[in-house]
Amino acid sequence: MEIKLVKDILAANEVIAAQNKAFFTEHGVYVVNLMGSPGAGKTTLLERTIEGLKVRRKMAVIEGDIATSRDAERIAAHAIQAVQINTGGECHLDGNMVRGGLGELDFDGIELLVVENVGNLVCPAEFNIGEDVKVMICSVTEGDDKPLKYPLMFQVSSVLLLNKLDLLPHVEFDLERFRADALKVNPHLEVIPLSCKTGEGLDTWLRWLEESSATEGV
Amino acid sequence: MHELAVAQSLLEIVEQEARPYSGARVTWIKLRIGHLSAVVPDALRFAFDAITRGGIAEGAVLEIEEVPLKILCHQCDKAFTIDDPFMVCPQCGGSDVEMVSGRELEIRSMEICDGD
Repeated sequence: MEIKLVKDILAANEVIAAQNKAFFTEHGVYVVNLMGSPGAGKTTLLERTIEGLKVRRKMAVIEGDIATSRDAERIAAHAIQAVQINTGGECHLDGNMVRGGLGELDFDGIELLVVENVGNLVCPAEFNIGEDVKVMICSVTEGDDKPLKYPLMFQVSSVLLLNKLDLLPHVEFDLERFRADALKVNPHLEVIPLSCKTGEGLDTWLRWLEESSATEGV
Repeated sequence: MHELAVAQSLLEIVEQEARPYSGARVTWIKLRIGHLSAVVPDALRFAFDAITRGGIAEGAVLEIEEVPLKILCHQCDKAFTIDDPFMVCPQCGGSDVEMVSGRELEIRSMEICDGD
């Protein structure tokens, strides 16, 4: 006997993501899902973001990793609430894992929550977690062919940060080609080249984050 | 390798749908997977085989239809099937386009039979 059903396989995750989103809205928290490859500079970007924004935004962080609490420790050193979620082998965070981390944080007064996803350019793109915005970070050392190789991540993101700009003279990386390809994959993408090391471009990112969290947050 | 997570979600749906038919076994499952989705069919089959052992869906065939990436250009008022993941109209070059298909991750139907 055939049973007809048209169902999104990840519908269960979408339900939990929507519940998370309702929780965040209720608490007036703007949520960023930060994604990128291992080594692209996600945690360093977060540290720079905290340094640049913490006097103006009360922040908290959820760190997703397959194992270890090293990233949460790095963030906690900046006197910010940070909770580590270890996925135990899963290559991405999903709505349920993020929900599990929410109880560990005190959301009183928190305006901005950044969720650092597991380092991976593929899987996190498929799973919503209840975020307001998806931000991806790439670095010039990864090569300029990434928009074509990992289009989904570029497509679902609103902002593309291109990190390690200080290394540009030393690597084969065509910035204009990268930007053009990224914009073909997602014409609405906000591309911000920056260097977490020298600080170049960070202002543009911080301004974007501050403005978007002021208008879209509660 | 999030195919394992996808396989687990799929198995949950399949088990839930089969629950009213006690003793039934699931033999065939039809899926639609978009060209742009980040799921590799072989990896999904491998994961699904591994997690269904000993359960009602053990040995079930996953029939996977790959859905092409299709965009609709609002300027040209025309839909195009494209190979490259560019959200740019192949006719007018504009970016006032909308993805019509290509991101599917759907179960369409399943076949069950009596357990004995």
